[in-house]
Amino acid sequence: MSEQAESIKKVSLIVSKGSLVDVYPALVLGNGARMEGIEAAIFFTFFGLGALIKKTQNKLKVATVGNPALNMALPMLKMPITTPFPTLMGAIPGVSNFATWMMKNEMEDLDIPTIPEFIEMFTDAGGEVYACKLGMDMFKLSMDDLDDRVSGVLTVGEFYEKSAGASIIFT
Amino acid sequence: MPIKEFNGLSVEVDEEGFLTDRTVWNKDIAAAIAVEEGIGPLTDRHFDVINFMREAFEKHGTAPSIRQMNKMNIIPTRELYELFPGGPAKKAAKIGGLPKPRGCV
Repeated sequence: MSEQAESIKKVSLIVSKGSLVDVYPALVLGNGARMEGIEAAIFFTFFGLGALIKKTQNKLKVATVGNPALNMALPMLKMPITTPFPTLMGAIPGVSNFATWMMKNEMEDLDIPTIPEFIEMFTDAGGEVYACKLGMDMFKLSMDDLDDRVSGVLTVGEFYEKSAGASIIFT
Repeated sequence: MPIKEFNGLSVEVDEEGFLTDRTVWNKDIAAAIAVEEGIGPLTDRHFDVINFMREAFEKHGTAPSIRQMNKMNIIPTRELYELFPGGPAKKAAKIGGLPKPRGCV
C-alpha cells in the first residue's frame, strides 16, 4: 500500500444480477468495508432485487449454464478441477439445484451466512441497503415485498446523491 | 520487530501494532492500546468480548468471527460495532493482544 494514497472512506456497491454468486461478492465487499470502518451501501437493481424479495431471497441459485469456469467447483465433489463441465450438462433439471446445495454447504463451512442473514449482519454493522426504483416498477414490487432491512427505494439520481464521496463498484 | 512501551512495560509488536506475543498481554496494555485506537475507557462489556476472543483463540488458534460471536450470544453485531467503532474485529483483537484477524466475513 502506498503511503501517499488516501484510504478509502466510503463505498457504494451495485448488484444487477440475481444468481447466488452474483449477489455474494457485493455482500462480502460491503460487509468487509464495514469491518474496516469504511461506510458502505449496496444498491440492488434489476435481477439483483431477487436478493431483497422476501419470497425469493433464500432461493437464489447457482447458474450452471453459460459458465465456462464451473469446473472450478468440481473439487467440491472430489473431482479434478480440470474435469470438463459442458454447459448442456448444466441445463439438465436438478443440476443447478444440486450445485446450489453444494455451494451453500461449502459456504456454511466457511462461516459465510445465507443471503437474508448476511443482509441482517451488514445492516447491523451500519451498512445500508437500497432497492432501485426502476427495477421495482418493472417487476411490480413494493416495499412490502422486500426484506425489512431495506432502507428505501432510490432513483438513479438519489443513488448518486447517497454515493457522494464514495467509490462506486459495480459487482 | 518494533518495541512499544505501555505504562512502562516494553513489549514487541508487529508493523501494525499488534502484539507478537499474546502471553505478555494484560489489562493495562489493553487500556493503552484502546486509547491509541480511539476507543474510550474499556468497560466490562469490552472485556466480555476481549476475554471471549482470547479464550477462543487459545482453543482454536484463530479469533472468532463477528458472526460467530453474534450467533453464540456473546455480543450482538450492532453492539459490537458500537463498542469498537471503526473496525470491531480488528480493533478488539488488537486491544486483546491477538494477531490481526484475516477472515473476509
